Amino acid sequence: MKFMGGFLKVTKRRDGTLTAFSIIVLLFFLFYADQNLDSYTVRILENVAIFITLAVSYNLINGVVGQFSLAPNAFLAIGAYTSAIFTLSPEEKLRSFIIEPMLWPLSVMSFPFAISLLLAGIVTALVAVMMAMPVFRVRGDYLAIVTLGFGEVIQVLANNFLSITNGSLGLKGLYPYTNLWWAWGFCIFTVFCTVRLINSSYGRAMKAVREDEIAAEAMGINALRIKTFAFAFSAFFQGVAGGLLAHLVTTISPSLFTFMFTFNLLIIVVIGGLGSTTGSVIAAVLVTWGNEALRIFEEPSNFFGYQYEGIPGMRMILFSVILILVMLFARNGIMGRSEFSWESLLQWFRRKTPALRV
Amino acid sequence: MSLLLDVRNLSVLFGGVLALNKLSLKIAAGEIIGLIGPNGAGKTTAFNVVTGRIKGSSGSIFFCGRDITGWSPSKIARNGIARTFQSIKLYEDLSVIENVMIAAHSSISYSFLEAILGLGRFSRDESRIRYRAFELLELMNLQELAAERASSLPYGSQRKLEIARALALGPKLLLLDEPVAGMNPTETREFGDFILRLRDNLSIGIGLIDHDMSFVMEVCDRIRVIDHGVPIAWGMPTQVRNDKDVIAAYLGVGFGTATGGHAAN
Repeated sequence: MKFMGGFLKVTKRRDGTLTAFSIIVLLFFLFYADQNLDSYTVRILENVAIFITLAVSYNLINGVVGQFSLAPNAFLAIGAYTSAIFTLSPEEKLRSFIIEPMLWPLSVMSFPFAISLLLAGIVTALVAVMMAMPVFRVRGDYLAIVTLGFGEVIQVLANNFLSITNGSLGLKGLYPYTNLWWAWGFCIFTVFCTVRLINSSYGRAMKAVREDEIAAEAMGINALRIKTFAFAFSAFFQGVAGGLLAHLVTTISPSLFTFMFTFNLLIIVVIGGLGSTTGSVIAAVLVTWGNEALRIFEEPSNFFGYQYEGIPGMRMILFSVILILVMLFARNGIMGRSEFSWESLLQWFRRKTPALRV
Repeated sequence: MSLLLDVRNLSVLFGGVLALNKLSLKIAAGEIIGLIGPNGAGKTTAFNVVTGRIKGSSGSIFFCGRDITGWSPSKIARNGIARTFQSIKLYEDLSVIENVMIAAHSSISYSFLEAILGLGRFSRDESRIRYRAFELLELMNLQELAAERASSLPYGSQRKLEIARALALGPKLLLLDEPVAGMNPTETREFGDFILRLRDNLSIGIGLIDHDMSFVMEVCDRIRVIDHGVPIAWGMPTQVRNDKDVIAAYLGVGFGTATGGHAAN
């Protein structure tokens, strides 16, 4: 036991150093990207960061607590609208709310970007807590349907609360605050918080609920409470990500937050491996970046003298084929339920390079 | 000896079926009480009501002097009643040690913010929980399997793990639902010794259901027999063994009266 403790402490310190080092490398890369890469590539990188944020927090509900929720588009919409409402200046609000003027206190409120993001997260988390009570009365497929309905309800509300959301006209002319630093900074923060949470007793309780709810309750875990907590936790991050997304695309309307958004996230967490944060990160990068990379098949090109015209929509076909292949050959996703650890990576290196073994 | 569990006139109605009819059961600290009866007698139902999984139709349940009737399962568990299940319910995809550590969730003092930031109380609690879990695994002789997946364990070890997990809750009362089912005679005997040691060392109350009569007669201080939901006998193992109604319930009325008649003669 004592020996084990010492060993754990040493590896912990080493892992901490390696993690810090890799974050610094990532930051250097972002600095380089910010200075040298074209705006299209930078935009993809920003999208990747937002999708990692969304996927990791979505995975907490669907993979770790094992509750099949289809609500992220709703959370995203709530976060996006909240932060957009709070960053628009009173003059802009006056100008864009042409059907119906904006509700009074909101129409004169204007906050810095950071505060609007925080508010977006808090409001979304509160909505999640209120929602949890009715929603978690059901499980499995029924839960999926109820949360799907919730997403639709939010969209209808956004279309009809003219004095708050400006209806289907949406909110335009948001200042593009979201840059590489905001997106990746928050992405790293989300992954850090989520991983720490999963590795605590709270995370274990969540996994217990996923594995066997009856046994979890028999061990003193209040399943409803832990589900509500996880729901609010992931809603917070999804809300902030919604705010970031709003200030990246600069125009939001209810039609932006359709079920397709949830569907994309679902694809990401399933491909990555339900329950694996590492898998969610990898899949978010692959899917978001890959979707753009596949565009070359839609452009005219010359294959060894054969003139290819380029077929619009080709990337979606290829994407589907890749999805099918992944599901055929890696049924539990890329990572299954396993997580990345420095120990396993180092061991893999030791195996590959026996000459360097000390 | 202080009284832990006091079940008074508990009845459970499933639709039109009376699954339990006015069951009374008392378990004191340091006592092992057996609950036996033919299949479908309502033994597991009794455990399910006591642990809050099923609501009773009438009657009341007191635990340590408090009325716990109608409490939620998790609240009852946190108050000191731990159980195992007839069909093993482990967290199959998690490691053996994690299975045990989960039961300590109600004992943590840190908030989720402290968990994220890794502040003082977090690491102190975590190492306490891990240390305690290892101790319990050692007690059950499972320490070498700590990192294995729970579902990869052989059947007997899964039963032991379920008990280690139940003990991690720090219970005052332990309810075991068919703990020796599927064990061979040697394992059963070892398990009987283990249960007796457990009672003596921790001075907890133990309630157990089993069909292995020699095991039940061996370890239990008192036995409650139920048949078709109706409590038919209560007493020391020797008393219960010779009870006319019990013999009738297990072997049929004809045989029961025949032996009864024989005994009368």
